[in-house]
Amino acid sequence: MASTADHADHADHAGDAGHAHHEPGFVKKYLWSTDHKMIAMQYLFTGMVMALIGGYFAYAFRMQMAFPGQHVPGFGFMAPGEYNGLVTSHGTIMIFWVAMPVLLAAFGNFLIPLMIGCDDMVFPRLNRLSYQIFLISAVVLVASFFVHGGPFGGAWTAYPPLSAKAEYNLTPLGATLWLVAVALEFVAFLLGGINFVTTAMNARAPGMRMWDIPIVIWMIVLASIMFMASVGPLVAGAAMLLFDQTLGTAFYDPARGGDPILWQHLFWFFGHPEVYVVLLPALGIVAEVMTVFARKKLFAYKTVLYTAIATGILGFFVWAHHQFIAGIDPRMANVFTVTTVLISVPIGEMCFVYIATLYGGSIRLTTPMLWALAFLAEFLIGGVTGIFLGASGSDIYLHDTYFVLAHFHYTFFPIAIIAVFAGITYWYPKMFGRMLNETLGKIHFWITIVGFNMAFIPLFICGAAGDHRRIYDYSSFPDLAKPYLQNLRILATVGTIVILFGQIFFLINFFRSLRGGPVAGPNPWRANTLEWTVPSPPPHGNFAVMPTVYRGPYEYSVPGREEDFWPQNLPD
Amino acid sequence: MSIVKHEVAEHFHSAGQESSSAKLGMWLFLVTEVLLFSGLFVAYAIIKSTNHEMWSAASKQLDVVLGTVNTLVLITSSFTVALAVRAAQTNKNGEKNRQMVGLLFVTILLAATFLVVKYFEYSHKFHVGTLPGSYYHFDGIPFPNAHRFFGVYFLMTGLHGIHVVIGMIVLTWVMLRARKGHFYEGYYTPLELGGLYWHLVDLIWIYLFPLLYLV
Repeated sequence: MASTADHADHADHAGDAGHAHHEPGFVKKYLWSTDHKMIAMQYLFTGMVMALIGGYFAYAFRMQMAFPGQHVPGFGFMAPGEYNGLVTSHGTIMIFWVAMPVLLAAFGNFLIPLMIGCDDMVFPRLNRLSYQIFLISAVVLVASFFVHGGPFGGAWTAYPPLSAKAEYNLTPLGATLWLVAVALEFVAFLLGGINFVTTAMNARAPGMRMWDIPIVIWMIVLASIMFMASVGPLVAGAAMLLFDQTLGTAFYDPARGGDPILWQHLFWFFGHPEVYVVLLPALGIVAEVMTVFARKKLFAYKTVLYTAIATGILGFFVWAHHQFIAGIDPRMANVFTVTTVLISVPIGEMCFVYIATLYGGSIRLTTPMLWALAFLAEFLIGGVTGIFLGASGSDIYLHDTYFVLAHFHYTFFPIAIIAVFAGITYWYPKMFGRMLNETLGKIHFWITIVGFNMAFIPLFICGAAGDHRRIYDYSSFPDLAKPYLQNLRILATVGTIVILFGQIFFLINFFRSLRGGPVAGPNPWRANTLEWTVPSPPPHGNFAVMPTVYRGPYEYSVPGREEDFWPQNLPD
Repeated sequence: MSIVKHEVAEHFHSAGQESSSAKLGMWLFLVTEVLLFSGLFVAYAIIKSTNHEMWSAASKQLDVVLGTVNTLVLITSSFTVALAVRAAQTNKNGEKNRQMVGLLFVTILLAATFLVVKYFEYSHKFHVGTLPGSYYHFDGIPFPNAHRFFGVYFLMTGLHGIHVVIGMIVLTWVMLRARKGHFYEGYYTPLELGGLYWHLVDLIWIYLFPLLYLV
């Protein structure tokens, strides 16, 4: 089978036919590729670089929290404005330039064509454009760190009037660049989402029914649909904010008749579905990893799918739980409390499904499996603490404290870090053709998990004690400057440093194994799904012979079969 | 006059898969476009519901005649692009290439007419000062914060105007391909989807016109 994506590309350059049969040059291979696997790698590596920047920022402002006003090694002294800029940039980067590109774009691009059995995305050039716009958005955001006044410091939620008026935020250029970068990033993922949904619906291998699609693909598709259905109004909101910043309009400025709550509605109408946009792919990755390493069929495939759809729909009716103290009608708060607590039902159901999948399986504690199990354990803490915040009564007390922050990190860290590592360690052999080192992988795992809990459990206590989350220095608040709270802050900072230290083992493992790891072969984990039927790494065009699908993706340990797995493309 | 047979891109199994993928992709894109404008309509509804008198007073500053002319212009252009799609559907051996190009040319011309009328409307507003935000310097509306109406007006019509320009570029590309005979009864996806986009641009204006000019 010829490399079809490449052919489409070559057709554009019919003039330089002499080059057509050579190995493509550096630019064409790495920067101008339409191959979905290369685009996935571009997203993955961009996301990793951005994660390092975001992690460095977290280190810097956590040091300020632990030792206020002192010299931060590797950063210097931190002014209040800088602190705000670092916190804002950390949140923005980790959500929009790490979680989204890695979970949705990198895994989506890599897995969808391989798992449904086609050569490439249906719109390869749109895919390339999507990454290029994403790259520009990352460059714009990074550029905003260096402009006069520094990066935007109005928090990643960018509430007006703080974000709308230069007199308030003191970072007119940073605020505008932030907004432009976020808007470009949304355009990139809109294009990507159109591609993902269309490919999964229209390009499946013959024989693959709806129920034979691996759960992770369903999750990525549902997440893309949720993203596309929620982001439009926010782009409109961003256009209004841009008008407020540059033309002095008053969409959001209450001093001149505007309505700041409007932004909050538009932002959270996107912002809360966004949580599920990244959660669903993470749950999908965990499902794949758990079935393979428990050697057991996924418990209740259709239930997982229906609960994911239910989550997707309910996810659009919970947004105002972010605004309980923003002056919304208390009757509305009741409604949103009910929907918010309701949404924990499908999510809880999914957790039970995963536990039921593990029950009675022959579990192998490989590195990816450890990450998947940790995801379940840690995400449960995030989910349970969410109930306190979803109920409007207790939220009034806890709103904007470190309790919210700790809850948020107990959901997003499992999603964007733990599940991503489960995915990377699981598919690494397929991506690069080599195995990762298990020992280094386990060291990395344990250091990260210990550091993570050390960093965020103290913050629950700080939050319950009343720590407001956007304070630069607590020493002028007598109630909050007490030694036991300060010690918890120091503990949390140590946890942050432990997490960052642990990533050194990952980077060593990742880059050493690229050349030095044992050769993986096509199916090192003895898994069923179609991506494991092709060589590792897959060649251009993926499949030498188009596969035909005969069964669902989770037929492990089927009684009466000699092998404990049953690939989807085997006829008998 | 003749036609150039379309070759299915190599990563598709069949022409049917190619055209259904393109259509699904386009419809998804249109959904996001509708949602983009719906965010603005939400803002519109909220501001209007709290400022009824100011809103209707400010709305009277718009030129209903020019707005009506533009509405007719856009509806006609939607009609001509639909006729062009019909011509492609019945184009067997290139005998309708000329007709298709002509219809698309008229469509682009109508789009340009829309923008010219819009230019006169905008420049009148720049002249009298009915502008958004801090650029507002008009004293004919006896209500506070009338600049908010013009913020909404310029944002919505401006975004719509950008869509008109993009539509003109797309339709020009489609027209050049039609001239080479690329579209015939067996293949006219770009023309059809370009037309679909143009209908959306028209449709958004059909909402904008009464909501801004006639309230």
